[in-house]
Amino acid sequence: MPGWIADNALLIGLAVLDGLSYAAAVFMVAVGLNLIFGVLRVLNIAHGSLYAIGGYSAAALGLFVVSRGLPGWLVFPTLLAASVLVGLVLGPPIERLLRRTEKEEPVLQLLVTFALFMILEDLQKLLFGVQPVVFDAPLKMLGTVDIPFGQDVIPFTAYQLFVLPGIALVTLAGLAWFLRRTLYGRMIVAVTTDREAARAMGIDAAKVTLLTFTAGAALAALGGALASPTASLVPGVGAQTIVLSFAVVATAGLGQIEGAAVTSLLIGLGRSFAVYFEPELEVVVPYLIMVAVLLVRPQGLFGVPETRRI
Amino acid sequence: MSRRALLELVAALAAAAIVLLVAALVPWLRFVLTIAIAKGIAVLGILLLLRAGQVSFGHALYVALAAYAAAFAAPRMPEALLLLPLGALVSGAVGLVVGLFVVRYREIFFGMLNLALSMVFYSVLEKFYALTHGTDGIRLPAIRYVGTALGPEEAGWATLAVAILLALGFGAFVRVYLLSPMGEALSAMKTRETRLEFMGIPARRVLLAAYVLSAVMAGCGGVIIAMTTRHVTPALAYWTASGELVFIAILGGAGSVFGPFLGAFGYELTRTYAAALVADAWQMILGIVLLGVILFAPGGLWGMGRSALRRRPAGEGAA
Repeated sequence: MPGWIADNALLIGLAVLDGLSYAAAVFMVAVGLNLIFGVLRVLNIAHGSLYAIGGYSAAALGLFVVSRGLPGWLVFPTLLAASVLVGLVLGPPIERLLRRTEKEEPVLQLLVTFALFMILEDLQKLLFGVQPVVFDAPLKMLGTVDIPFGQDVIPFTAYQLFVLPGIALVTLAGLAWFLRRTLYGRMIVAVTTDREAARAMGIDAAKVTLLTFTAGAALAALGGALASPTASLVPGVGAQTIVLSFAVVATAGLGQIEGAAVTSLLIGLGRSFAVYFEPELEVVVPYLIMVAVLLVRPQGLFGVPETRRI
Repeated sequence: MSRRALLELVAALAAAAIVLLVAALVPWLRFVLTIAIAKGIAVLGILLLLRAGQVSFGHALYVALAAYAAAFAAPRMPEALLLLPLGALVSGAVGLVVGLFVVRYREIFFGMLNLALSMVFYSVLEKFYALTHGTDGIRLPAIRYVGTALGPEEAGWATLAVAILLALGFGAFVRVYLLSPMGEALSAMKTRETRLEFMGIPARRVLLAAYVLSAVMAGCGGVIIAMTTRHVTPALAYWTASGELVFIAILGGAGSVFGPFLGAFGYELTRTYAAALVADAWQMILGIVLLGVILFAPGGLWGMGRSALRRRPAGEGAA
């Protein structure tokens, strides 16, 4: 085993670095999905489309900034602005629709988000076309960092090394603080735990749901925006993202923010190791991890048994 | 046979005759109709699970499994009447193994596990190029029917006929099944599973039986799709294909065995015409249709038709 590690040091290093940046983007989507499930009790299939549209919008705005010859650093606030914009424009109407069907069966609610997914997929094709979109200005601007690894040196982009995981960590810490230490955050937790009781305490559950949904949508869009410089955008990226974040959420257990972070890391690293060592298994690994976890712990790694409604 | 059963039988036979008539009058629609019936058969299985309040976002797994089984077996055994049972058997067997595992879960976990397993199969199909030719897929040779080699025209008709016969058979079976104690137990599971267990009925076994049946029906649908398109690709197993099956179930209405077929015709025809009209927006149109059905007609097409018939003063033909 040590011999194998020494022989493959370079590949292992690359897999770890790639996995980290990949996990960061997945975490942004999964955590929003988790928050939304908490307040609305529906798994939002359209969430992956928000990721895709966030990515496309960021790329479009970023390319515009670059083409206008504006100062280069502006692309970073642009990524953020694009995601907030997507969250604000798409979040509230979708939330409204889901609230309208709140009284329906869970199956129908799930199907509402599937219908939204179909609509958003085509909307994205109509708005941004079907040709791959490449937007790597942020990557190029920050350059690469040489990371010593064994005898080798891995040149890795500073963007993927610092910006992506950094923003994910800030999001994680910020959300944990927000949910536990602020009034609004605690209201979200209260609505998640028991909607009726929260309303009896005078919490405006409808407002909390709207806020949470919009924030979750913006987080998904931010995930897409942050990932957009690292891979070209193609139709179908939304469909890929949502199944992956489902895997993360189901593996972590519902309603766990830190759990979602750890699981994103696990699945992100698992996937990138597969990419470097067994490319055939790339897509399978996240699901294998999920099935293995659910076999042993049906409520997920960090879930509390009560969340499983049987 | 009760009056109502007789009426439904007449309606089913009339529907079959209409399908044949439309296929004869508008030749290019024959392909679309055959695919629609194949999907309708698969959706009959989804209907069983919906009765128990469970929704699988992974049943495309069984459609694709049987379709690939047919594609692999066809060069050595190009006989429709053998490929169909083979596909049903493969899907049923895998459904039994997977079912033993997934019936322990409910609602979202049930849906997600099915989704995950279908995605595993999808990537196996996509990545193991040497065996499956990846996204290029596999072409099927010409299929014989009862040992007779047919031209493309006759083969199309034969497949449609087989599909209709299977649809009638499975439709009647599901109708009987839903009225049987096993079917009633499925509805009871949706209302309150604990009470079912109190009565000494093992809920997991009830769900497992429905799950295996649904896999078998999805398998039959898959073989018909493979024989009609004569080309199978991993896209058959992608999660959006599973979502499509649930979509059709809701569109048609989960209240009757006619629902899946009404839904499948509605879905395939909308898709065909919408794609011809606006190439890049057919999904959007279908999505809007689905939203409209959920918001304004939760009973689906079947429920809409029924309430329209009910409103008629004489109430003739109301099933």
